Amino acid sequence: MHVLALDTTTEACSVALIVDATAEGRGGRLRERFEIAPRRHAELVLPMVGSVLAEAGLALRDVDAIAFGRGPGAFTGVRLAIAIAQGLALGADRPVVPVSTLATLAQGAVARRVAPGDRVLALIDARMGEVYAGAFAVDDEGLVRPLGDERVLPPGVVAAPDGPFVAVGSGWDAHRDVLLASWGRSPVADDGDALPRAGDLARLAARELAAGRAQDAARARPVYLRDKVALTVDEQVAARALGSG
Amino acid sequence: MRVLGLETSCDETGVAVYDTAPGRGLLAHALHSQTALHLAYGGVVPELASRDHVERLVPLIRRTLDEAGLGVADLDGVAYTAGPGLVGALLVGAGLGRALAFALGKPAIGVHHMEGHLLAPLMEPDPPGPPFVALLVSGGHTMLLEVAAIGRYRLLGETLDDAAGEAFDKTAKLMGLPYPGGPAIARLAAGGRPDRFTFPRPMTDRPGLDFSFSGLKTQVLLAWQRHRDEPDAAADIARAFEEAATETLAIKCRRALAETGARTLVVAGGVGANRRLRERLASAARADGFRLAFPRPEFCTDNGAMIAFAGALRLAAGLADDAPLHVRARWPLESLPALPAG
Ligand SMILES: Nc1ncnc2c1ncn2[C@@H]1O[C@H](COP(=O)(O)OP(=O)(O)O)[C@@H](O)[C@H]1O
Repeated sequence: MHVLALDTTTEACSVALIVDATAEGRGGRLRERFEIAPRRHAELVLPMVGSVLAEAGLALRDVDAIAFGRGPGAFTGVRLAIAIAQGLALGADRPVVPVSTLATLAQGAVARRVAPGDRVLALIDARMGEVYAGAFAVDDEGLVRPLGDERVLPPGVVAAPDGPFVAVGSGWDAHRDVLLASWGRSPVADDGDALPRAGDLARLAARELAAGRAQDAARARPVYLRDKVALTVDEQVAARALGSG
Repeated sequence: MRVLGLETSCDETGVAVYDTAPGRGLLAHALHSQTALHLAYGGVVPELASRDHVERLVPLIRRTLDEAGLGVADLDGVAYTAGPGLVGALLVGAGLGRALAFALGKPAIGVHHMEGHLLAPLMEPDPPGPPFVALLVSGGHTMLLEVAAIGRYRLLGETLDDAAGEAFDKTAKLMGLPYPGGPAIARLAAGGRPDRFTFPRPMTDRPGLDFSFSGLKTQVLLAWQRHRDEPDAAADIARAFEEAATETLAIKCRRALAETGARTLVVAGGVGANRRLRERLASAARADGFRLAFPRPEFCTDNGAMIAFAGALRLAAGLADDAPLHVRARWPLESLPALPAG
């Protein structure tokens, strides 16, 4: 199967095309474009799609699904990813595969620094004193699987996975001291500069696609985790009353 | 040429298909308004607006295409609002629209939201052509433009403070009426007396085509505080406000027509739905002998049809957007490229 993948949920913008992947997300030929380009995702992402397809000699219609980073991450970037994926999917009449940004980040760690049996804790800085957190195990195929729900929470209450684990992402980078103090132990390896890459996303998407979990574009949803983004007029009044009382 | 139009610049998700072929025109359109969503927050929350656009857009596109009896492959181009507006909200429609065009191998165009509004009257049967003067009156804008040709716009005057729609909304709010205030004021005013209160016609006593509506709102507030407990005060004040606001707009329109020598006035934007404004401009048109054109009321406010239409005119003229995808919060109308003559 062939999968096109894109991610714009962090300061990185990336697109990948995996050709002839197996259901395990293995094999196949991977082409990837990756650029750290804050605020330039909108202009970069479609040219990157064009470039990987051209290099592989494929048309968009030749891919079996369009995968995208569904968040959590920067809200605008999360929405850009789904909007681009939906537009491509509508035009090419293909399904989409939403993939967790935290899982993508964790998958990147597998390729680079995880020993068999290790777990991965992926943390993305959510600003406002919180992180997006997800813990993952690595299966026999070398693909990550979630150990629980992804959450947004203050770093001081992020639990470390049982046993040896690797910590990655901007959330780790920003809150390392608080995390270490609350855990009382250290990860066996870490990478605070790690960013999600569409190549890793494509491998996870191939597994989802093979398992029949591709979706119609209209049903795909972004995942923000932070769902309370504004106060209603009543809540503003209540907050002011509290503040002045 | 059949063009899909997507509008997501603020709190309406609009989708339409426009066909430039003779006798075709607007094939289908659909709109989802977020007014109810933002009501509890006392105004548009940009993040919530963007989130809602993402959920609505694909189903609305499918519905619109179904209604037009078309598949995506029948489209010859895609137009999306590229600004001005809320950047996060714009990116939803722009990203999806541009990706769709990419997937179809068809041209795409980023449309200026205000050009969409000011060309909306041209979608109606027997449309007027340039040159004309356009009055754009909405919740966010009040401007007079000279339209020498489609795409050639010169700003003649604009508001120095509140937009006309904003003045309706704020007046309604201070009188305890629901949002959006324009329709609420208009309903109340219909039963009010025009001569009990008199409010100033701001900036009409001096030359120039700029507007100012914030002082008018203060006058209303004073009258309301003094008379609110008297019978019919709300209706009479609403009527007097509506008279002042619409007469001010009408005076400046006549002045703009006189200054430019144009023989046609087109009116667009949400306040263009106001019946009293329409009556006044219609009688001015009879007296001065100019032609008056409005969009149908549903296309006075934000909609996808005007974006499909403006985009179709530009794409049909060969003005596709090949530059990298880009949306803008601000975007001067005067900087747009003009359509080639013909
Ligand atoms: N009948 C009316 N009379 C006066 N104002 C109106 C009427 N109907 C709508 N409006 C005003 O039009 C504005 C909305 O128009 P719209 O073009 O959607 O503007 P925007 O997108 O800038 O908010 C609101 O300010 C509303 O109060």
